Amino acid sequence: MADGWARRAWQRVRAFFGKDALDQDLDAEMASHLELAVEENLRSGMSPEEARRRAMVRFGGVQQAREEQRAARGLPVLDVLGQDVRYTLRTLRRDAGFTVVAVLILALGIGANVAVFSVVNTLLLRPLPFPDPGRLVRITTVNPPCGESCRTYSADATREFQERNHSFDSVTGYFAFTGPDNFKLTDRAVPVPATGILVMDNFFQSLGVQPMMGRLFLPEEALHGSRPTAVLSYPFWKRQFNGDRNIVGRAVSFNGTPVTVIGVLPESFDFGSVFSPGERVDMFVPYVMSDFEDDGNDLALMGRLKPGVTLGQAQEEANQLFPKLDIDLKHPEYNANYHYTAHLIGMKEYVSGKLRRSLEVLWGAVGMILLIVCVNLSNLMLARAAARSKEFAMRMALGAGRGRIVRQLLVESLILSAAGSALGLAIAEGVTRFVAHSGSIALPLLTDVRIDGAAMAWTVGLALAAGVVCGVAPALRLASGTVQEALKDSGHGMSEGRRHEGLRSALVIAEIALACVLLVGAGLLLRSFLHLMDVDLGFRPARADMISLDFDDGQKQAARVEQWQEIIRRVETIPGVETAGITDNLPLSRNRSWGLRAKGVVYRPGELQGTFVFIVSPGYLGAIGMRLLEGRDFRWDDTSKPPGVIINETVAKALWPGRDPIGQIADIDGGDARVIGVIADVHETSVEGGSGWQMYLPVTAPQFGPEGADLVVRSALPAGTLAGSVMAEVRAVDPGQPATQLQPLQGLVDHSMSPRRFFVLLVGIFAGLGLLLASLGIYGVIAYSVTRQTQEIGIRMALGASRGRVQATVLGRTLRLAVSGIVAGSVVSFFAARLIASLLYGTQPTDWLTYLGMIVLLLAVAALAGYLPARRASRIDPLVALRTN
Amino acid sequence: MADSKLDLLQGTLDLMVLQTLAAMGEQHGYGIARRIEQVSGDEVLLNQGTIYASLVRLQQRGWIDAEWGISDNNRKAKFYRITARGRKQLAEDAAYWQRLAAVMGRVLGQDPGYR
Repeated sequence: MADGWARRAWQRVRAFFGKDALDQDLDAEMASHLELAVEENLRSGMSPEEARRRAMVRFGGVQQAREEQRAARGLPVLDVLGQDVRYTLRTLRRDAGFTVVAVLILALGIGANVAVFSVVNTLLLRPLPFPDPGRLVRITTVNPPCGESCRTYSADATREFQERNHSFDSVTGYFAFTGPDNFKLTDRAVPVPATGILVMDNFFQSLGVQPMMGRLFLPEEALHGSRPTAVLSYPFWKRQFNGDRNIVGRAVSFNGTPVTVIGVLPESFDFGSVFSPGERVDMFVPYVMSDFEDDGNDLALMGRLKPGVTLGQAQEEANQLFPKLDIDLKHPEYNANYHYTAHLIGMKEYVSGKLRRSLEVLWGAVGMILLIVCVNLSNLMLARAAARSKEFAMRMALGAGRGRIVRQLLVESLILSAAGSALGLAIAEGVTRFVAHSGSIALPLLTDVRIDGAAMAWTVGLALAAGVVCGVAPALRLASGTVQEALKDSGHGMSEGRRHEGLRSALVIAEIALACVLLVGAGLLLRSFLHLMDVDLGFRPARADMISLDFDDGQKQAARVEQWQEIIRRVETIPGVETAGITDNLPLSRNRSWGLRAKGVVYRPGELQGTFVFIVSPGYLGAIGMRLLEGRDFRWDDTSKPPGVIINETVAKALWPGRDPIGQIADIDGGDARVIGVIADVHETSVEGGSGWQMYLPVTAPQFGPEGADLVVRSALPAGTLAGSVMAEVRAVDPGQPATQLQPLQGLVDHSMSPRRFFVLLVGIFAGLGLLLASLGIYGVIAYSVTRQTQEIGIRMALGASRGRVQATVLGRTLRLAVSGIVAGSVVSFFAARLIASLLYGTQPTDWLTYLGMIVLLLAVAALAGYLPARRASRIDPLVALRTN
Repeated sequence: MADSKLDLLQGTLDLMVLQTLAAMGEQHGYGIARRIEQVSGDEVLLNQGTIYASLVRLQQRGWIDAEWGISDNNRKAKFYRITARGRKQLAEDAAYWQRLAAVMGRVLGQDPGYR
């Protein structure tokens, strides 16, 4: 019987689509039926007229028979739906203004929601773009006592952990101290800068990344003295080698050395987006463990758990193993001062866990926008339904079922939301494309942001929900009204029924309250952002530029000093340049730490912490705008022994409390240095965090090896103007300088603040949108009620009410709505603000200025939205108003 | 007047059409309608047009076939014919109706005891 059912369903569907042919067939059949009947009647002796009449009578209603037959053969539900859709499209076209506004509002709401959902989906919900990502674990330190140096592990410790653990299929890592543009492609006229990461030979295999072409590193390629090899990232291969498919196996010249390209990674693998958000990585070379054995901690570790091993079990084992690992097998005495710990975090949690709250806030904000959109739309539909109540009443009086009319209203709102979501999807597509390609926002996984199946499903769900919510209010109202009331009530220019008015006012109040919460949230975040912009970073990013210099570790120290000095001398001769200096590490970028202590003092464990090291040229402190509080800067001719060191205030207070630090002897990892200056604390890691221990060492001292070189130029001229002449001077000293870019120093700060800027911007936009929609809602309700009361106002004015009095009445009504909304919204905000307390900086969740600003803004907007209809009301001419209608 | 005629139960008309076709062989819509009127002795309330919904329903179920042809008096008409499946269905439905009618007869034929 299932066969019969399926057959019938299929026939019905076919009948639904083959309507015209079937109708023609039926008409022909019915015509022949009548002819046969007439003929028979004629034969029985009737007159032709009588024969025809009798035949028609016996047949019954032709149209009715046709409808019945159609219903029996086709899909009557769809037929009715089709009628509803056609009718709706017709009415919407007639009311183009309403349609455009409604679709636009919905598109903004749905577009914002889909865009944010795509971001949330990528960052929080979707697994990392690796196979079996649940088994990937990041290994980092418990409460690291310093910066990156205390979050990483030495080559010896890594090898020991690899050998001793039983929890991991593989343990791998990468060199964590790579600066941007640490390589240069030297096989072309102007060397091209490239960022290369040193990875352990099993790095890609552990993550589960397969090469797009060629192969990955072999263990023997990570041994000292092996032939140099590299794996290229997809964008670098596309950009620098034009996607040459024959690149694998070819030797390419990096830093003047031929390096064999053994593979190209797939486009889907973006190292930066997972491990160093907002940064570009071009290539990978093997980390040769034996070359780094003397260098202390430099590996960022991660691993892939064995199947079935839980994070907890692995953590337990790590707790046993890590304290016993050796920093440096050649120097067992180092173990006395430094103990390894391990904190195992699921990779996904490591990458985006910190962003959870921000993203949730963002999601909440767009959710509120959608609510406001729905409320607004409901209100619009309600106004429309009220204006059409006579039409509906007429249809009902003519026999349309109430269900049919309610269904038609729902169809109308669903059509609107379908159009809105189509447009919204286009908006979201644009936004996600922009976000994915912006490249400079320091948020992880952003390059993976796209609208996928989940986002599509989300859109459809939202559209349906929006449609139903928007359609329900007018439908309910309609269903509860009576025909007589509607026929009597409409079109007389009188005050409406109280219930109707009340529902619309309640919706507007809800809308204002939601906008209020959004404004408070955005205000608090904006205040935090402004506080951060005001933070004294310890250096002055304005009017300074930076450029990374060609740096070859193989250079002799004396030659390096000479080169740095010459570059600075030449750059300072450029007109408009005030001062220049060179450092190996800039603040707010990468960092490394060494041990620093006052010589001859015995410290308790935990009393000392790793000290950030910056190896700098004389004049650098001035060029970047750090403030020397005491003592002096370095000098080129300074060859005194022991060499000088400049410390920050924090170190001065910690190591020489209550004493003058100048002239004191410090112990830097076993070597002596004399304190010659103290500078004000600098934010070395982040704008939001505080300052750690910092020391600045002179490039002129041969025992301190810099890790790179960044030139800082202080000048009022914009970077674009200076770039050419700075590059010319640098090239005059070092012809091998690759084509790096001179950039404003502010870029470092911007990069560091980009996630917050991103969130503030989005929440701000949403708040603005909420405000706009709420004001539209207020305007809609007031303008509508003024229109409805034209006659009443006319009568009042005829009876002597002044224009001012009429205006005041309308404005008063507006402000009552606004105040109710603000009161409700403030109460909600008061609790909602606590949820975002962890995202605030230097701002209390109860910040009164924010609340005050919100109240003033909302009242002003409400007054404006109410003023326009109030003015219209006051200009009503009593004569005209009474004559019309 | 209309009250005195029998209103058709859902599905009854379908069964009547099937039986008519089984008895008369190939027939057009008008013929079927006339036949039902005659056989029922004008006791059934039937707008002849109603028959077309029934015909299309039976056709979709595969119980009858239809084909345009020429009537006895040379008119174009659509002719219906019962199929093998239709005969099987007719047998089932007829047996059901007879059982139901018998039961109803017995139930309604009881002596009303409360009198």
